[in-house]
Amino acid sequence: MDLFEHEARDLFEKYGVPVPRGRVAADPAAARSAAAELGGPVVVKAQVKTGGRGKAGGVRVVHTADDAEQAADDILGMDIKGHTVHRVLVTEASEIADEYYVSFLLDRAGRTFLAMASTEGGMEIEEVAASRPDALVRVPVDALAGVDAAAVAAGFPADVRGEIAGVVEKLWDVFVAEDCTLVEVNPLASTSTGIVALDGKITLDDNASFRRSASFEDPHDGDPLEREARSRGLNYVKLDGDIGVIGNGAGLVMSTLDVVAAAAAEAGARGPANFLDIGGGASAEVMVNGLTVILGDPQVRSVFVNVFGGITACDAVATGIVRSLEILGARATKPLVVRLDGNNVTEGRRILAEAAHPLVTVVATMDDAAREAAKLAIAEV
Amino acid sequence: MAIFLDETSRIVVSGITGSEGAKHTRRMLAAGTTVVGGVNPRKAGQNVEISGRSLPVFGSVAESIASAGADVCVLFVPPPFVEDAVIEAVDAGIGLAVVITEGVPVHDTARLWAHAIAAGGRTRIIGPNCPGIISPGKSNAGIIPADITGPGRIGLVSKSGTLTYQLMHELRDIGFSTCVGIGGDPIIGTTHIDAVEAFEKDPETDLIVLIGEIGGDAEERAADFVRANVSKPVVGYVAGFTAPEGKTMGHAGAIVSGSAGTASAKKEALEAAGIRVGRTPSETAALVREVLG
Repeated sequence: MDLFEHEARDLFEKYGVPVPRGRVAADPAAARSAAAELGGPVVVKAQVKTGGRGKAGGVRVVHTADDAEQAADDILGMDIKGHTVHRVLVTEASEIADEYYVSFLLDRAGRTFLAMASTEGGMEIEEVAASRPDALVRVPVDALAGVDAAAVAAGFPADVRGEIAGVVEKLWDVFVAEDCTLVEVNPLASTSTGIVALDGKITLDDNASFRRSASFEDPHDGDPLEREARSRGLNYVKLDGDIGVIGNGAGLVMSTLDVVAAAAAEAGARGPANFLDIGGGASAEVMVNGLTVILGDPQVRSVFVNVFGGITACDAVATGIVRSLEILGARATKPLVVRLDGNNVTEGRRILAEAAHPLVTVVATMDDAAREAAKLAIAEV
Repeated sequence: MAIFLDETSRIVVSGITGSEGAKHTRRMLAAGTTVVGGVNPRKAGQNVEISGRSLPVFGSVAESIASAGADVCVLFVPPPFVEDAVIEAVDAGIGLAVVITEGVPVHDTARLWAHAIAAGGRTRIIGPNCPGIISPGKSNAGIIPADITGPGRIGLVSKSGTLTYQLMHELRDIGFSTCVGIGGDPIIGTTHIDAVEAFEKDPETDLIVLIGEIGGDAEERAADFVRANVSKPVVGYVAGFTAPEGKTMGHAGAIVSGSAGTASAKKEALEAAGIRVGRTPSETAALVREVLG
């Protein structure tokens, strides 16, 4: 899960990483009092989990509390790349002499972590990596021994090197103690008061939430259907098409989306409406939850249920589908194309045929089923 | 032969007293696997009844090696305990540790991997978040359904469990030497490259199926490895062309970040290495048949 800048700032502060004083504000009046409390010039920054907010006008430097209120009024409610601004962060403005870059991230290939550092902060690091690869230092980190902060800081000017090494150690503490998969400071600024983390990005490992004391759930985060699915314990991602997809296993569902996208392009349908992995089993309860979320998407016009009976045999899956349609009753409104294969498939197909539900079409192969679902998605109702 | 697992493998199940551990021990036994017992420090000395067999519960992996000659440990322990359980297995000197558990914090995986390397790299680790490994007709270490297909001459390595089952099913008349589910986490023990390298050396494997998905660059690195080191035919498949940027698609590691980790880039890299890549699982199976002739 990605954190907001103000959440990253608070975690930095907790671990002793120097940050500017700041307050979060959800309305212009709160931004005004934050600016008055901080005193002097302040920066009002849109809190959105995406880049490019500066270019979008989501960051303003102002000199009075009145202007901070006005800036917050302008920024709150803005749409930045599809993200609505619900809060601003008001921080004291800093006199910046130099802008640097430091991050920790996963090194999948090395099966460990990587520290990256650059004297060219303040811009997109991907641009630095592409245009001046020599300006980006990569230092592998031993997961057991921890970071060699001196090696990460080696490329910085001598007068700030020691101070930056100290900050790097504290950032490593954040990275480990909070189970992060990304900690990025850009810019890490050299200011009149020393080295300061002016902007930060943190991604938390969702697998570690069981041992994290604080919760970072954001009531505005993601699509409403994704929140609904999360509350039902489902692994769901909203997409933009008209064909709902349910399958078992992340790989098979991703594969199903691809097959559906190709079939939709051929038929003139829009494509897959979602990713939904119901995992190993396909009990009636899980199917009811899945179908409820998918049928709650007004864009959906047909649903493709693609299950490979491995550990759970196809007869159990078929029974789960039939029972879920009984439970849903009149709430099941869209045609369902079902493809079952694998363990005990003959019995599974027999159960579906015997139930003869008017919404259900059984198709033998994944490719043909995707075509059928696309055909149904464009059919006149 | 087969790779990593064969008829001589002696398996101990960590978490055998849990419901998943017990269920899959039953399935492993039904597939003819030699299961020598389980591990649970709190129930050491007891026995568990599974499929009419009385299996001993050991207090540690080390004990299972000393008393029963275990050489493979399959782990079903809950995520908070995986790091310590694997480290214990590594320190005991087990040859293969198969971590089925989903939801292991990636920092724990990084540490247990660093520990395994520091300990001399004697333990092969498969997973976490994987279905395990099967050498059909010989042994089954994990949760891959053994009744899909029998022994044959295809070797398969995949990040995805159900896509593994799907391909095993589509090619069930030909059969497989070994199928390795390496798992969908961002940091995993055994990689595509490790499995491909072993299949290349395995006289019982004639063709390698390599299944990948979005996230990271393991498939690109595997493509480079195949180009430089592999003489056997390789057929590929990649899932996730439709995945949006920045969204985790079920597997913790399945995410396109910016322009990195896309399915298109992986497919191109595999094809540039001379690997034929199917657009769907069934087309992939058809390519395998075509190549085998």
